[in-house]
Amino acid sequence: MREDLLSLASDIVDQARKLGADEVDAYVTSSAETSARVRKSEVERIIDATSHAASVRVIKEKRTAVCSTVDLTPKALVAMVEQALELAGIAEPDEYAGLPEREDLALGEQPNLKLYDEQIESLSVDEMKDVALRCEQAAYDYDSKVTNSDGAEMAVTRGVVALANSLGFGATYPSTNAMIMVEAICDDKDGKKRNDSWYSVERALHRLEEPEEVGRKAAARAVAKLGARKLNTTTLPVVWEAPVVRALLALIGQAASGELLYRRSTFLAGLEGEQVGSPLLTIADDPLLEGRLGSRPFDGEGVTSRTVPLFEGGTFREFLFDSYNARRMDRRTTGAAGRTLSAPPSPSTSNLVLTPGEQSPEELCADIDDGLLLTDLMGFGVNMTTGDFSRGAQGFRIEKGKVTYPVTEINVSGNLKDMLASIDAVGNDVLWLGSSGAPSLRMSKLTISGI
Amino acid sequence: MADVSGASAPGAGFIREKFGVDEAIASSVLDAALSRGGEYAELYFEHKDAGSITYEQQAVKSATRSLTKGMGVRVLIGEAVGYAYTEDLDLGALRKAADTAAKIAARDEKTPPVDVVHFETPQYYSPEGSTIDVPPKSKVDLMVRADQAARDYDKSIARADINFVDELKHVAIFTSDGKMVSDVQPLVRFNISCLSERDDSRQTARWGGGGRMGMAYFEESTPEALAEEAARQAVLLQSSIEAPAGTFPVVLAAGDSGILLHEAIGHGLEADFNRKKTSNYSDRIGELVASELCTVVDNGMIENSRGSINIDDEGNLPGENIVIENGILQGYLQDRISAGAFGTKPTGNGRRQSFKHTPMPRMTNTYMLGGESEPEDIIKSVSKGIYCVAFSGGQVNISNGDFVFSITEGYLIEDGKITAPIRNVNLIGNGPDVLTKVTAVGHDFKLSDGRWTCGKDGQSVPVGVGIPTTLVSGMTVGGTNIG
Repeated sequence: MREDLLSLASDIVDQARKLGADEVDAYVTSSAETSARVRKSEVERIIDATSHAASVRVIKEKRTAVCSTVDLTPKALVAMVEQALELAGIAEPDEYAGLPEREDLALGEQPNLKLYDEQIESLSVDEMKDVALRCEQAAYDYDSKVTNSDGAEMAVTRGVVALANSLGFGATYPSTNAMIMVEAICDDKDGKKRNDSWYSVERALHRLEEPEEVGRKAAARAVAKLGARKLNTTTLPVVWEAPVVRALLALIGQAASGELLYRRSTFLAGLEGEQVGSPLLTIADDPLLEGRLGSRPFDGEGVTSRTVPLFEGGTFREFLFDSYNARRMDRRTTGAAGRTLSAPPSPSTSNLVLTPGEQSPEELCADIDDGLLLTDLMGFGVNMTTGDFSRGAQGFRIEKGKVTYPVTEINVSGNLKDMLASIDAVGNDVLWLGSSGAPSLRMSKLTISGI
Repeated sequence: MADVSGASAPGAGFIREKFGVDEAIASSVLDAALSRGGEYAELYFEHKDAGSITYEQQAVKSATRSLTKGMGVRVLIGEAVGYAYTEDLDLGALRKAADTAAKIAARDEKTPPVDVVHFETPQYYSPEGSTIDVPPKSKVDLMVRADQAARDYDKSIARADINFVDELKHVAIFTSDGKMVSDVQPLVRFNISCLSERDDSRQTARWGGGGRMGMAYFEESTPEALAEEAARQAVLLQSSIEAPAGTFPVVLAAGDSGILLHEAIGHGLEADFNRKKTSNYSDRIGELVASELCTVVDNGMIENSRGSINIDDEGNLPGENIVIENGILQGYLQDRISAGAFGTKPTGNGRRQSFKHTPMPRMTNTYMLGGESEPEDIIKSVSKGIYCVAFSGGQVNISNGDFVFSITEGYLIEDGKITAPIRNVNLIGNGPDVLTKVTAVGHDFKLSDGRWTCGKDGQSVPVGVGIPTTLVSGMTVGGTNIG
């Protein structure tokens, strides 16, 4: 991994200014990935490699272009800048184009968000292989009904990003993450198979779940699906299990994108300050949590990170903005710019956090005479413009307050706006997985399509 | 369809020029890769230029260009893979990556690499026409035309967001069993999203197309036609009604509906899942797994198609692989490792997203052959059902066989007639079950326009799909109207 990223980024900015850019920022990344994958107690794949790339955004006469390269030699970087300046010529002048306002930049000391774990540096491939083996073995040992595995893996990455711009911003930070996962498979009647996976992913090794715990959870989830059947078409109250609430949060995060607002392609357009969701619904986008996967000291344009309330007691509060879309909509950036190498910045979520309620998941089910415990969603059936939601699903039937049998090959549908309003209970079982933290929740009704 | 173009495959000179490697360097790196007893090694060099231009509100908003290049080295021992990659292509960096990948093996017995010999491949697309270095003005002109056509289509079209995306990828593959092959892969895609606004009612629809082609693509698929299609779908949604909930007969329109095959059966026939017995179709070769009306093919050799390849990413020739013939499972889509495990030959389906990724069995262009029914008769035969035309995507659970796809243009069929358009809705079925419920297949086979990308295990590759008008006697429709 390279250590000189910030000076590379600054050099790119200087070069672009010299060659005629009015405004410029440079984004440089370097990373190392190592992974060990096993299946049926044998090593299946080891990957060990490093990677790096540089990207520049130039704005000349209010025209924007972005170029990137993996070749970090001085000659190649100059070529990249020249190419960007030439490419900017084809864009129309856009009065909203440009870097963030200087006062929004994170020019002071950066918060230490504990995104880097030194322990990961010394982890060997053999140690990772052993973790994966332990994880898979625990899945098999959990229950003899686990007859196959799609493999277990441990993967770690170390990375550094650096960002510099022509307003004097320049900062860099390292980060790590580590992941353990396994997929367990069982044989069901009629030659069918039932499967499920579990994983743990964290910035630091010591925060990972024990590999055995990951294995047991995957196995328990797969075994519980044995005997799954379809349901009749009906309308039911639905308890969303905590892991699948993350999918709902992701959709809300997407709908709250200031870019979709600008495109008038989100069902949340025009609803700021309105009571959209249930009074039980409070969601924030929080980039400042220590040690979380979505945390960032500054955003993809160097703007100070801040916690953005999306919903408070059901009232939709704010869209997430980068500086371009904010200017377009006569707002101010919220420090939510995501950055990739090959595109201009655009709003992205950091960590999505749903405030928990008081009840246990069992209590959420206890009041239900006939309902569905939703555990898995499939597919892309969401229309962000209208909020229409229609996705494949798996879960469990709830009868007289108890979870009874597994359900598969059904579809759940509704409209996101109505769905958010129909939340009538939020659990106390917050689960952090990746960049979101959410408990279970209950919706008073959803359409279930089946037989 | 191997009669394409006068262009010859790029040779050894091209590989030297693009990557700075020759046979001697490759041999030395392969030697390092096998230094710890690996049985097989391969080097995959990739150089990719990619560009995009974004056009919205009647102006070019931004343009991008990116260069990626690197080499991935894979070492095999049995079914175990050691993998490493590098963006630095000097001999030291290449050998270091090879040394890393070599560590998968620890045997005293050594298999030295065979000297590589370059071989020519047929050409199913021509790199000369690539759009990547076409002056941007020509691309912008297409977007201006599309924007105008979208707004002319209907006064409710309030926005047209257009995107021209292209790439030119050079690959060179060296294998320890003596192969040296290369390919130049152009790819272009034109995307348009239209917003229709009537008072407070907003609807968006997306459309697009492309292929392994140059600007010639737009002679047959004009930007006007692509734009009008997106605009038509957005306007249509303004009058859409709630979709029904429950199980109904489903008629799939010819073309993009091939996404059903891709999800319902295509993934399940990828040999890695069958080697590991995690697929529904494991151990079922020779069995009836679909209606006898179904003959399903994966064909990487269709001229200029988005899913086509002159060579797969392990250096094997693509094929026209009949996976299901008259309902009977004939075989799987193989890569090198799986073919070894099955004791069969690779089928040219070993693909990868980039040099940072290990290859695995992937589809190319997957389609069902035409049958004998009149498409109109198929629709007439349905008293209450759904007619599906356009889609936003699909997904499958390989192990339990459940698959979904999402309709963006669909209609009710009532008493044998196509009637009201329905809102965006998801359909769910179980692969082995749904394929046995194919009860009519039209004679109007159509391949999709080039807009599909397939994701598997975190890797994306371009694919094609195709199908004639097809009737599935029952699938679960995820609407909100419980009639």
